[in-house]
Amino acid sequence: MADFTLDEDQKQIQDMMRKFAEKELRPISRDCDEKDELPAELLEKVWELGFCANIIPEKFGGYDMGRSALNAAIMAEELAWGDVSLALGALSPLLMAIPVLEYGTEEQQTEWLPKFCGEKFHPATAALMERRITFEPTVLHTTVEMQKEVMVLNGAKCMVPLADRAEQILVYATTAKGGGAAAIEAILVDRNTPGVTVGEREKNMGLKPLPLFPVTFRDVEVPLSRRLGGEKGINFMRLLNLSRANLCAMAVGVSRASNEYAIKYAKERFAFGEPIASRQAVAWMLGESAIEVAGMRLMVWRTAWRLDRHEDATRDAGLTKMYCADKTMLVTDYGVQVLGGHGYIREHPVELWFRNGRGFDTLEGLAIG
Amino acid sequence: MIDFSLSPKTLKAIKIAHKNAEYVRTLARYYDENEHAEFKEDEKEQLKKNNAALLKALAEPGQGEGQFLTSIILGEERSWGDPVTAGAIATMGLGNAAIRAVATPEQKARFDNLYCAMAITEPGFGSDTAAVATTAKLDPDTNEWVLNGEKIFVTSGKRCNAVVAWATLDKSKGRAAIKSFVVEKFRKGMTLTKLEHKLGIRASDTASIVFEDCRIPYDNILGSPEIKEAKGGQVGVLATFDATRPGVAAQGIGVGRAALEFTKEKLEEAGVTFPYDRGIHSLSAVQKEILVMEANLEAARLLVRQSASMLDKAQRNSLESSMGKAKAGRTITQICQRCVALLGPLGYSRDWLVEKWMRDCKINDIYEGTGQIQMLVVCRQILGFNRTQLK
Repeated sequence: MADFTLDEDQKQIQDMMRKFAEKELRPISRDCDEKDELPAELLEKVWELGFCANIIPEKFGGYDMGRSALNAAIMAEELAWGDVSLALGALSPLLMAIPVLEYGTEEQQTEWLPKFCGEKFHPATAALMERRITFEPTVLHTTVEMQKEVMVLNGAKCMVPLADRAEQILVYATTAKGGGAAAIEAILVDRNTPGVTVGEREKNMGLKPLPLFPVTFRDVEVPLSRRLGGEKGINFMRLLNLSRANLCAMAVGVSRASNEYAIKYAKERFAFGEPIASRQAVAWMLGESAIEVAGMRLMVWRTAWRLDRHEDATRDAGLTKMYCADKTMLVTDYGVQVLGGHGYIREHPVELWFRNGRGFDTLEGLAIG
Repeated sequence: MIDFSLSPKTLKAIKIAHKNAEYVRTLARYYDENEHAEFKEDEKEQLKKNNAALLKALAEPGQGEGQFLTSIILGEERSWGDPVTAGAIATMGLGNAAIRAVATPEQKARFDNLYCAMAITEPGFGSDTAAVATTAKLDPDTNEWVLNGEKIFVTSGKRCNAVVAWATLDKSKGRAAIKSFVVEKFRKGMTLTKLEHKLGIRASDTASIVFEDCRIPYDNILGSPEIKEAKGGQVGVLATFDATRPGVAAQGIGVGRAALEFTKEKLEEAGVTFPYDRGIHSLSAVQKEILVMEANLEAARLLVRQSASMLDKAQRNSLESSMGKAKAGRTITQICQRCVALLGPLGYSRDWLVEKWMRDCKINDIYEGTGQIQMLVVCRQILGFNRTQLK
């Protein structure tokens, strides 16, 4: 039966994450952006929230509190509201943990999941994006060739979070160029495998605190046991949809941050004898933004809900991504516009959210829930 | 608990409503070409039969969605067929919602089985609801209200049995003096003076009604006749808009969906596909345009359903209902306009219904509060501003 309200547990998660974001992420957001810094203490603080251990079954060392894409979306929105770069960095271990949970064989889960239940942040990541203008996630140029004893990886990835320190990189590669989603495999690669080269840290318009790297694979040999899911492989579309839902939740967080800040500013900033919020041209930007934030959130929740029911969510996720990318740009643009000249200076956070907001059109696979 | 699924009962009702809507589609063009034509008896019979089947399904045991949510879900389906043609056999109007909100049990008994239209707008105002010039003066000798004034744009003004008219007890007292009065059609002094010729929704009768010393019993006033100087004397009547906006928005969603689905079908026949997993570089301009419109329609629908769901939980939904109506109004007018364009000369032709849907849907961003008024409500809510702080 249709219902649009969160249950008590979810409201608690939301509240807790919001308070955490306000206390731990917001105060360091500007500084981290100026310095391109992802503080190690922050990674540990977020780790302590248990977002990995909580979703892992007891037999692998986790707290077995259940996992849902919807809960992950709630958490992602709040942390991204705090700072999306820091959130992406801190949650990056999920990029490996969740695919292993979804598709790992018993052996793979036994080997890898306990690593995510330790006291300290376990660096792990995934490599999906490739550096070309026309990149789309179902068309990969990184290839994996299944041989008798090993698999051989060739290709180049970009925007790999924390690749310089991740112990494992889950690499998405295709067994057949032109084979679409069905031909895509996920390969668990140790970073120090011969042929794996982590390049120089990337420089982007936004997400500056988040360490992102290009990683190349030249005839990298990997044991067959590292093929996620073994013979069965993975359902790439499901993983992509889980990723899209979570990234879009973060887009909602960034948009909401911008809208809330602009509303507050517009009520306090006076011009022509009254708050600028009293002028329709300004108020309309704020109102339109609020409407789209509310709409985006419902689209995200529906996508996540469908994924939790193990139904195919490709349509939901595809439409949600298009919509959230588009509207996040609109909302964060309005955020700068409402603050006028002050919005342009690297002091108020709106220009930061504007730069980060633009990423959502392009980003694929940088988060998963 | 978050749940986007619908109960089996509602799904069954939607199936029936959809079948009914397909029948209404067969009548739609005729009543658009022949504005103000009376429906034929056999058509009315079929519509009644179809409606009875729907009511039967709704009366079956089993849990469905809440009353408001169910009504807007089915309203969307009905509107997909045609936004107003099924109204030929309607037994209730927007006036009934107003009555249900504030009437005494005695009044409900008298008015409940009457088809009641809302008569608010006057030549002098639409959005500025404080500017009511129609007057209601109490005649102490006969204990009757005497109404004088002119109402325009009364939806279902001809086919209704009664109107709920806003009139002022004292123009100098502003909003607080504006009250609602039920005026049955048989009352002397009420005359239907005009039926409008419209851009769209031509099967809906839009009337002008003049009150000339129209007398109604004292007990035909809805709510209290006291002129309370308290903050916003219209709060009661404006709150009924929160309940009716989702329905009008859903009506718009139905038309927008009809246009989008039809256009996609035609484009698919022409070999165009609409993949949900491609990046923008591999989408044609047309594919992208359709997908973006589809996404916005989905978001609008979710907002509208959420606002209706709040009514079922007896929650104040002023912000959400205006958000839903604002988004829906804007989105569907854009969708319908673009669909006509995307279908080339055939989209422009009266051989297909899509040009009619473009004309029909425009009203959804206008009546029951224009999109601009909705934005005003949304903005005042999010800013915590009153009407002097944001005009």
